[in-house]
Amino acid sequence: MSIYEHDVIVVGAGGAGLRAAIAAQEEGADVAIVSKLHPVRSHTGAAEGGINAALRDGDSWQDHAYDTMKGSDYLADAPAVETLCTESPKETIQLEHWGMAFSRDDDGRVSQRPFGGLSFPRTTYAGAETGHQLLHTMYQQLVKRGIKVYDEWHVMDLAVTDEEHPEERTCHGVVGYDIQQGEVAGFRARDGVIVATGGLGQVFDHTTNAVANTGDGVAMAYRAGVPIEDMEFVQFHPTTLPSTGVLITEGVRGEGGILYNEESERFMFEYGYASNDGELASRDVVARAELTEVNEGRGVDDEYVHLDMRHLGEERIIDRLENIVHLSEDFEGVDPLEEPMPVKPGQHYAMGGIETDENGETCIAGLYAAGECACASVHGSNRLGGNALPELIIFGARAGRHAAGGDVDEAEIPTGKRGEYEPGEVDTPVEPGAVASTDAVADGSGERAADGGVTAETGDGSPSDVLERAVERQRTRIEWLLNKDDGIQHAEIRSDVQQSMTANVNVFREEEGLKQSLRDIREAREAYRDVFVKDPSRTFNTDLVQTLETRNVLDLAEAITLGALAREEFRGAHWRAEFQERRDEDWLKHTMLSWNDGTPELWYRPVLLEGESKEYEPKVRSY
Amino acid sequence: MSTQIERERESETETESEADAVTELPSAQEARMRKKAEARADREERAREEAQERADAEDSYHLKVFRYDPEVEGKMEPRFDDFHVPYESGMTVLDALIYARDTFDSSLTFRHSCRQAICGSDALFVNGSQRLGCKTQLSDLDQPVRIEPLPHSEVEKDLVVDMEHFYDQMESVEPYFQTNDLPEGELEEQRQTPENREKVKMSTRCIWCGACMSSCNIAAGDNEYLGPAAINKAYRFAMDEREGEDMKQHRLNIIEQEHGVWRCQTQFSCTNVCPKDIPLTEHIQELKREAVKSNLKFW
Ligand SMILES: Cc1cc2nc3c(=O)[nH]c(=O)nc-3n(C[C@H](O)[C@H](O)[C@H](O)COP(=O)(O)OP(=O)(O)OC[C@H]3O[C@@H](n4cnc5c(N)ncnc54)[C@H](O)[C@@H]3O)c2cc1C
Ligand code: SF4
Ligand code: FES
Repeated sequence: MSIYEHDVIVVGAGGAGLRAAIAAQEEGADVAIVSKLHPVRSHTGAAEGGINAALRDGDSWQDHAYDTMKGSDYLADAPAVETLCTESPKETIQLEHWGMAFSRDDDGRVSQRPFGGLSFPRTTYAGAETGHQLLHTMYQQLVKRGIKVYDEWHVMDLAVTDEEHPEERTCHGVVGYDIQQGEVAGFRARDGVIVATGGLGQVFDHTTNAVANTGDGVAMAYRAGVPIEDMEFVQFHPTTLPSTGVLITEGVRGEGGILYNEESERFMFEYGYASNDGELASRDVVARAELTEVNEGRGVDDEYVHLDMRHLGEERIIDRLENIVHLSEDFEGVDPLEEPMPVKPGQHYAMGGIETDENGETCIAGLYAAGECACASVHGSNRLGGNALPELIIFGARAGRHAAGGDVDEAEIPTGKRGEYEPGEVDTPVEPGAVASTDAVADGSGERAADGGVTAETGDGSPSDVLERAVERQRTRIEWLLNKDDGIQHAEIRSDVQQSMTANVNVFREEEGLKQSLRDIREAREAYRDVFVKDPSRTFNTDLVQTLETRNVLDLAEAITLGALAREEFRGAHWRAEFQERRDEDWLKHTMLSWNDGTPELWYRPVLLEGESKEYEPKVRSY
Repeated sequence: MSTQIERERESETETESEADAVTELPSAQEARMRKKAEARADREERAREEAQERADAEDSYHLKVFRYDPEVEGKMEPRFDDFHVPYESGMTVLDALIYARDTFDSSLTFRHSCRQAICGSDALFVNGSQRLGCKTQLSDLDQPVRIEPLPHSEVEKDLVVDMEHFYDQMESVEPYFQTNDLPEGELEEQRQTPENREKVKMSTRCIWCGACMSSCNIAAGDNEYLGPAAINKAYRFAMDEREGEDMKQHRLNIIEQEHGVWRCQTQFSCTNVCPKDIPLTEHIQELKREAVKSNLKFW
């Protein structure tokens, strides 16, 4: 059995993982990254807009924090938000010192521009390719420092001890599958594991996220016992291209682009969705308006609406929105100078994720999370554009430093079942969670006792024993999947769940639809017990890797739907047909889900609105 | 339950071996599994038929895809497989491959992730030239669409090639920002004129797809040649005024090595295939000029 050993293991090499690895190394740790994609292939590269940082006179971190709390619809935790806003200037300039090619003002300083929901133009950017520049700048630092990367290694599981309460468990490493060679190996982390696996857009069938964004880290941490937080809050972007999900920036509407339905009506005004703001209304309002048009039979091809910018004139379009012309031509085959672009809402960002404190630490000792997979929480129920990239670098750095044993302030945000919390209840039509202990192998989910997991009786419980057993479990799972030569293929299961999620758990959520999705997910879980991998090869078996990912998609689809069903209010990105108000008396609290070895448990933790020097008083959200 | 018995009876008459199985009185579990398997086989068959019908009836695209697997019987000898994929407007080569994989053959293997020309995973050899699958509209191609792995690279499986050599070349040019005078304060930025930023802009757009290297005759003949992408990377830093003159000199030394800029014979193949429209040949030429200038200076 191959075991690789380092002080700190970082899972994932997007913005968060790279920043974490650099920080851990600066603290003197021997750090390695394990990533299913080569670092420069990570989806951070797709971010266009920018990085919010209060850099200028007239701006302040306090204003940034205020905007963020307001944008979150008061479901973000003030200590995390204030950490984000106080550290963003320093971390952003750190990128500049590493050579990032920011756009510049005439005086040579980095440019900033306005962005939705911000009271000051504080979005620092590099053309329309901020994420690409950020990702490559950090990867350059990785090369410079000679940090080891195990690329094209898919992490399957975390090696965590199995004490009864997650708060007593320790993480000793991860189990990886070498995609190129087909080997299963252990990665022992002497000091800590940092999960930085990014988004989970593949839970839906239409998303701006990459194919690799299957939420693996969130699902692995969840199954290992870490609570996952606010999963129902999923941001949908109103203007994505129908055939691929490629994002068309808000900038098109900002410049004067107009939305039309099939009857060439300017529906934002004509049907009163946003009589004042029209196309410039917030993301969720526009997304719901578009879907209403389609549902009421006024969509084009019953699927999308049109975004027209031809009236702006070729000159202005080329000057301001040239990259949109290319995106539309290359990915949709439509020349927006000649015809309107088809657009529809698509999944864009997961506000929820692995519960961490403001140092990136989870309730399991030695286990950290940062980036889109984590929930500290800085976005609450809705993320402001330009706040995710700073989150990557700030919390990535903090997690890296902490895991490597560097000095950190004690966290104010409690994790796990510690501090204040209350039990929750939700009425589900079918039992959520693992189907039965028999699926332990197909799952590899560490139904810990059921499949020979680590118990005091079976091993000595030492870190290497915990890891070796985890490797053994995953090896058994791989063999089982490859040797089974009949059954159902993952693509069918995945696509059924994705479609159900897009139909029922999108920008419109109704009780009956949510329940239907839970039934569909249950069925998919049953089907997954019979899953098999047709490709017998040990070389670059993407059939196998995707089958493993699909298991994660199932757990997360269920978690999102459970949260959506439980939360009986309309807050931020979460809309419920039956509950059209934000209900602060009952719902200023985070939705928490614990896997509980296969029987998910719902509970709540109050949101922390108390900042360093002020309390963020919930204000009415106006549209 | 009754349909179950019906089915068993039917199968009795079909083949001996199945009849044997039935007389052994299958356990409830086995019976259930079998029923499920049958239902599934039906469903799969139906799905495949439907796909085939759609492919026949509508506009469909004919793909010829390179297949190879070093360890799977029947795939060790490279071959081409035909797929007929129903066409939808806006469909790219990558969409067609995904469709073929998810509908006809789950072992069809290719790298991909972003679907938007930013991750650089899916550079392929499509109808005889290097292109990103996700950025190539089927409607721009003649049929049958021939899809092969990048030439001049070792094939690992189907359309997946070994990228290690490309990465090594990229990393050999010290591809990271270096300067001798960084501002003291952690909030103090280095200044860069918008003109200088504009100058390096195109060079920073590289997504490491490897298309340029695969298209280059020189690289094909000289394995140690840095190649267009790595030289472009050196350009990106050498031209960045924030690094300073000393560093620029150091960078010119790197690209002037035996397998560096002077190998380029300005054939423009790299520039023609680059999906990010980076003027690679121009950048290489400019570095040559800079090198000559600085050699004269030191001479
Ligand atoms: C189109 C688009 C535009 C955006 N624009 C902006 C913007 O302008 N401003 C902003 O602030 N935010 C923006 N966002 C959001 C932001 O870009 C993302 O939230 C962020 O980049 C996620 O970074 P990450 O490091 O968490 O994950 P990623 O960059 O997705 O990286 C995840 C890493 O984890 C690895 N990984 C995943 N699973 C496994 C596994 N099982 N084993 C091993 N490795 C694994 C992957 O290989 C990858 O390296 C945008 C997002 C999208 C999709
Ligand atoms: S220079 Fe262009 S073709 Fe070459 S690797 Fe970079 S993006 Fe690809
Ligand atoms: S899939 Fe990312 S570049 Fe094509």
